[in-house]
Amino acid sequence: MTTGNPTNQDPGTRGARSPDGRPDWPADVRRVALGIRRRVLDHTLRNNGGYLSQACSSADALATLYVHLMKLGQSVAPAVPLPFPGVPGPDNPGYSTGAGYNGPHEPGLDRFFFSPVHYALVLYSTLIEVGRMAPEGLAQFNRDGSSVELIGAEHSPGHEVTAGSLAQCLSQAAGVAMARKLKGDTGHNWVFMSDGEFQEGQTFEAIAAMAWHKIDNVTVLVDANAQQCDGAMSTVMEIDPIAERVRAFGGTAADVDGHDPEAIAAAASARVPGKPLVIVCHTDPCRGIPLLATRGEKLHYVRFKSAQEEAVFRAVLSEMTQDGNRPDGADAAALSSPAVLGAGKPGGRE
Amino acid sequence: MELVTRPHARNLVRFSADKPRIVVLSADLTASCEADDFRDSYPDRFLSMGMAEQNMVSFAGGMAREGFFPHIHTFAVFICRRAFDQLAMSVAYPNLPVRFCGFLPGITTPGGVTHQAVDDLALMRALPNMTVLECGDATDVESVLDVAHAIPGPVYIRCLRGQVPRLFPADEPMRAGHARVLRHGASPDAVARESGCDVTLLTSGVCTEEGIRAAIALRKRGVSVDHLHVSTLKPFCDARVDAALTSAAKGAVVLENHSVIGGLGSAVAERMAELGCGRKLVRLGLKDVYAHGASKGYLMRKYGLDAGAVVRAVEELLGKRLGICEDELTALDPAPAGPRSGGCGRNGEVVLGSLPSVKAEDL
Repeated sequence: MTTGNPTNQDPGTRGARSPDGRPDWPADVRRVALGIRRRVLDHTLRNNGGYLSQACSSADALATLYVHLMKLGQSVAPAVPLPFPGVPGPDNPGYSTGAGYNGPHEPGLDRFFFSPVHYALVLYSTLIEVGRMAPEGLAQFNRDGSSVELIGAEHSPGHEVTAGSLAQCLSQAAGVAMARKLKGDTGHNWVFMSDGEFQEGQTFEAIAAMAWHKIDNVTVLVDANAQQCDGAMSTVMEIDPIAERVRAFGGTAADVDGHDPEAIAAAASARVPGKPLVIVCHTDPCRGIPLLATRGEKLHYVRFKSAQEEAVFRAVLSEMTQDGNRPDGADAAALSSPAVLGAGKPGGRE
Repeated sequence: MELVTRPHARNLVRFSADKPRIVVLSADLTASCEADDFRDSYPDRFLSMGMAEQNMVSFAGGMAREGFFPHIHTFAVFICRRAFDQLAMSVAYPNLPVRFCGFLPGITTPGGVTHQAVDDLALMRALPNMTVLECGDATDVESVLDVAHAIPGPVYIRCLRGQVPRLFPADEPMRAGHARVLRHGASPDAVARESGCDVTLLTSGVCTEEGIRAAIALRKRGVSVDHLHVSTLKPFCDARVDAALTSAAKGAVVLENHSVIGGLGSAVAERMAELGCGRKLVRLGLKDVYAHGASKGYLMRKYGLDAGAVVRAVEELLGKRLGICEDELTALDPAPAGPRSGGCGRNGEVVLGSLPSVKAEDL
């Protein structure tokens, strides 16, 4: 993307400081993660529906990527997303993807590939929390003619490939990574996946191919929340242990607490030359909103069943909001202040 | 008739010599798809992807996003059926310049139903952004990569391998969206007429050789035939084809190495309806059936993909018997040596030997 207002903050340069004055990136991650959960809950309440449990499980990993791990330039995309640009093709020469929200494509910069695109609401919220997208952009979510789609595609903010047919993203990212190696690029390639995608054979085809071709400029973070559309993975088709399966196919893998930014970062720093790295982030689909657990295993898409249930969750949102008394009916801009800009906000509750 | 040995193998090396962004991806069928010379010539640009087509196709999309031109090599059937969703979402949707070199189209393999791509054109034509090309002879094979390279989006190519006949002059390369008008056996009068014929015959791929035989025999009996060899199946908007379809007094016959559903026959039917031709169309191809493992010659006869089938279809359109026997058709040489083939007024008289069969070890 070449248009837009590059006013977004580089999240790595701003934020909290530890008592001795050093940058305290884990505190920034926790604050961004809280903002993601709060924003997705708010949105779910407004629309009586949303991929809320995915925000609970993945907020910390996504925040760790954007705040600490990924070396990205400032957004080169419009702060408020443009309408759907049409599909790629010979009659649409001006088409561009949503990757501009992750900064320009440069040899020395990292790239981000988002695979479970039904988490799009979580990614949009992340972009807002780290200052790469304007809060009012979320008002376009799932609106006709918008690029801020329910299930993201490559025109959607923060998306670079079309990944909605799950397990194709990793192979595409591997192809990009291979090409970047051939070109001598030094930037890394980060892929965010969900655990259900490890049921697809293509995922293991991709890992085997990356190992064979020594594609070691790829790191995968997996949101292993043990949930999928039909319910708990243990009732659909168990695929644990993911890390051992990855190693069997020639990759390296680590198991971490997916809510611990420092554990994720430590695992990401332990890359092995010649091998792709898969970090299995074990997560709780109710983290930050424990009330969700009362829904049992119906977590894939949260829709409140009664006014009473909605009121209970509204109270939770109120608690999560800094001042605790955000008025109902305020528009999305009420949560507009990107967390990374608000140094001094309280840290996460997790 | 000249037979060219492994034209794709040589052409791929030639074509790639001055294009460092050409890469070749193969799924364990490297020599079988004549990518072995490329592998040996440019090992740094050859990626063995193992027997894993889904990853290979999405991976190619990723490389194309970074400015490379991946040329996927495997059997046509495995590209189209095993990785259709990957092809649609990782390559065709983003309009990426990946080239799918699909070998063993239709019944050109004795490998049987698992190896025979009889629905690939239907699948590939249905994908937005996809260009679909098919080779009919060695000259087509030697020029198809250049045609594809000029197209900024994805291209599916039905390739030929092994001993490939040369039907068209080596210095008349394939052109995108440009059917070859074939005048084998036509009299100077027929060539000179500006428009109008009894029957239009459209053929593609290996069926064009059969179509030429039929056209020669038909012209000998005084039937005026406009015969076109179609190599661009999508987009299907060739003024020469349109003119031939609208000028045929009795109707059109299509002969193709594919199901009658979704391939050239379907494209012609759609076009004739759009043009308001109001004439009959006979689609010759696999009649919505699967084939089985046997020689190409046997299968073409069994399933009515040969010159005899064309003659019978024309007889039906004309409402009369022409007295053309099988022996006459097989004796015709569709590309006699010497003077340029495809020229006007030349009756093939050279006896043609048996068609080359695919060896079992080539499976």
